[in-house]
Amino acid sequence: MGVPIQIRVNDTLRKHEVEPRLLLVHYLREVCGLTGTHVGCETSICGACTVLVDGKAVKSCTMFAVQADGCAVTTIEGLAVDGSLHPVQQGFWERHGLQCGFCTPGMIMSAVQLLDDRPQPSREEIAHGLRGNLCRCTGYSHIIEAVAHAANQPRARR
Amino acid sequence: MSTITAETTGYVGRAMKRVEDPRLIKGIATYVDDLRLPGMLHAVFVRSPHAHARIARIDGAAARAMAGVVGVFSGADVNAHCGTVPCAAAIPDLKAPAHTVLAGDRAYFVGHPVAVVVASTAYAAADAADAVDVDYEPLPVVADPEKAIEAGSPLTHPALGTNVAYTWNIGGGDIDAAFAQADRVIRQRIVHQRLTPMPIEPRGCVASFHPGDGTLTLWTSTQIPHLLRTLLPGMIGVAENKLRIVAPEVGGGFGAKLNVYAEEALCCHLAMRLGAPVKWIERRRENAAATIHGRDQIGDYEVAVKHDGTILGLRIRTIADLGSYLQLLTPAVPTLTGLVVTGCYKIPAVRMDVVGVYTHKMCTDAYRGAGRPEATYLIERLMDLVAGELGLDPIELRRRHFPRPDEFPFKTSPGLVYDSGNYDGALGKAMELARWDELVGRRDARRREGGLSGIGVSTYVEICAMGPSKAMPAGGWEWGCVRIEISGKVTVITGATPHGQGQETSFAQIVADRLGVPIEDIVVLRGDTAVAHYGRDTYGSRGTAVGGSAIVMCIDRIVEKAARLAAHLLETTPDRVEFRGGTFGLTGGTGKRLGWGDLAGEAYIAKNLPAGFEPGLDASAFFEPQNFTFPFGTHICAVDVDRDTGAVQIVKYVAVDDCGNQINPLLVEGQVQGGIAHSIGQALFERTVYDENGQLLTGEFMDYALPRAEDIPDYVLGSTCTPTTVNPLGAKGVGEAGTIGATPAIANAVIDALRPLGVRHLDLPLVPEKVWRAINRSRSTD
Ligand code: FES
Ligand code: FES
Repeated sequence: MGVPIQIRVNDTLRKHEVEPRLLLVHYLREVCGLTGTHVGCETSICGACTVLVDGKAVKSCTMFAVQADGCAVTTIEGLAVDGSLHPVQQGFWERHGLQCGFCTPGMIMSAVQLLDDRPQPSREEIAHGLRGNLCRCTGYSHIIEAVAHAANQPRARR
Repeated sequence: MSTITAETTGYVGRAMKRVEDPRLIKGIATYVDDLRLPGMLHAVFVRSPHAHARIARIDGAAARAMAGVVGVFSGADVNAHCGTVPCAAAIPDLKAPAHTVLAGDRAYFVGHPVAVVVASTAYAAADAADAVDVDYEPLPVVADPEKAIEAGSPLTHPALGTNVAYTWNIGGGDIDAAFAQADRVIRQRIVHQRLTPMPIEPRGCVASFHPGDGTLTLWTSTQIPHLLRTLLPGMIGVAENKLRIVAPEVGGGFGAKLNVYAEEALCCHLAMRLGAPVKWIERRRENAAATIHGRDQIGDYEVAVKHDGTILGLRIRTIADLGSYLQLLTPAVPTLTGLVVTGCYKIPAVRMDVVGVYTHKMCTDAYRGAGRPEATYLIERLMDLVAGELGLDPIELRRRHFPRPDEFPFKTSPGLVYDSGNYDGALGKAMELARWDELVGRRDARRREGGLSGIGVSTYVEICAMGPSKAMPAGGWEWGCVRIEISGKVTVITGATPHGQGQETSFAQIVADRLGVPIEDIVVLRGDTAVAHYGRDTYGSRGTAVGGSAIVMCIDRIVEKAARLAAHLLETTPDRVEFRGGTFGLTGGTGKRLGWGDLAGEAYIAKNLPAGFEPGLDASAFFEPQNFTFPFGTHICAVDVDRDTGAVQIVKYVAVDDCGNQINPLLVEGQVQGGIAHSIGQALFERTVYDENGQLLTGEFMDYALPRAEDIPDYVLGSTCTPTTVNPLGAKGVGEAGTIGATPAIANAVIDALRPLGVRHLDLPLVPEKVWRAINRSRSTD
């Protein structure tokens, strides 16, 4: 009953046979062992499971792994290049954009997409762009500052 | 050796980014769900869809026959082998039902676990849980705590013979005289709605038993590994010294994980019974239904006042909805309300009567603030009501009742002694930051144009740094250990269990300054009972104030010991040795100085020690606080209300918080902002709803409205600093301040906006529909 799939995950081509009902988030976590992508609800509300699928932020709990067949997926583990943090990761660190860190991978992936779409967002645009991600710890203010901080970095790495 | 002449490190007080962040932002930290053990099995619970039902039959045969299923267990299979879920609150004459780990012959709330399925994968376990066939016979439901205490109400637990778990009261001063002397009595009923803590990481645990030595390790998403190690032995029969509890990365707690849960004990039991590690990860729907809720008090409040606004007394009758069982602190939470119910005011007489009531709902317990948000909200709401009814300025009314700074330590009528405070200082600073006159001018101008605008103030005080052991259920101290390693590196171990608060950083700041070592040389360990042998964990804004103070004690002991060793090596006496900039040398001398590396090397190699000197260079300590701390502050909120939709927009938010000395202002700011967001939720959106059948209507994020980034205003934050005298850091604690201080400011602002329409009070949350109805009710009666 396994369905063969090929997904390029963080620049590595992965080939597996999976149950058709396997959620992409569970594929990433259980099959690929990439546990940086978190599960907070499985109902597409919290955004903790956000990854990039072909460069677009997607809630990986609302997609089956088989639907990602042939796609390129970037998870939080694939964001830093050669050990140097992505500007959004750096922004979260500099501006204390995380406390428990559980929402953080999803927040960061959404913010990456947000800055791709709108490189110099206003405070309102950042808040609007993160409306699909819940954080219960930070109260969002530092997250918004973190994204603004990243927006002010050289664009090369984004 | 170089001579360092001054303390130049100065980490404390600096807004430093956190050492814990790199692993978290790279996605390589380990939360419970990230653990994989060889042969690990997966548990899924079958939960009651009824609020009250007789369980006629549980048939697990179909489930057992499914691929990968290892076992299906009901209460009949496990309850005899597991102790009941403990409650640590000491309330006289408390009537408590036996809280078995799985339901017995009845289910008492929606989400009550009635069976557990264990299988080789999580998907297989979930499939099999769906296949467990349970026959329920629905029984009469008690959902409303006020109806629950009426004669003839159905009973939550028929065996108890009553729905009343306990009655409790607190008082001080002559309350009857206060009301006899009053010119007026101002009354208000306030409903403190039930809330769901909703950490983004649900609960979860992995239990692993090692039959060879009989030890058991439980990794669990908890705030209280040490309390679990104390309390679980009574449930699972593994002795405390064979039990290791690890709280790895914990994805938020807010009190929801300050508890001993049935699922934790059951996973331990099943791991022993099945001879394999057992993992359980809570799903969001379970988290909403079967992890503790908060608040849920209904209060009738009466204030005795003179015509000039002098408050003589406060009389309170509270019904606290406990839900169906007692969790760890369930009955204690309303008593915390009673302790600080007079807020930061001189109110000479008070009396509070609490009735704790069982209903067929999830238990309430300590959600962020735990009883104090209720106190602050009610007293701050009442101050505005008194001012409104007597035509007084709410700011002036508050000021007149503040104790002056020179009146501290200040004894309140409920009997607490507030350590230190300058309430008017925080209020004045907040008004300045808010540009008070401009803010009032703006509101009045908008009102003249027919707009609805309001300003709300909250001058709160809270009770933190829990706490003196004599006032706590089981020890209020904290334990710590500091070890100078042979290499000169420093290992700090704390019994506090930070889970996002950042003490890996802030404790390193404290230690770096006091030992005079670079912060990079320090590692802070926590959250593992095999490493931090004793602890009382993290809740009640105690981590830094109590846990940090234990670390200071350790440092003092190490410095004292190191000075003795240095004296020996410098061939002098300890009284002639000074410790400065991380090195020891002759007082006032310019000669040889010894650093931590030098001393640690000697201390562990131990070939040249003074007579009777114990090798090694470490110290551990228990810090016992002599009192709680009482942080305070002023929050000011300005709102516009849309007449057509009832939507509330926060147009200005100013918070001035005084948590005493700040170790890391960036982390303090994060705590304050995070706390205010919980208040914005409580004031404007959040409400846990059960219908009259005890069905939970807010069982997902879809139905329970957490604030989102767009709901958060741009804050103006400030602070004052009035150090506490009850600990060596002068730090009071700040984890709950925002949640305690902000709700009434927002509520008061919205009511102020509606005041011209004749609205005097609305219960929270002030969702657009409720506000719209209030606007239109007043219109129709115009
Ligand atoms: S887990 Fe996917 S949105 Fe919450
Ligand atoms: S940092 Fe904890 S949920 Fe966002």
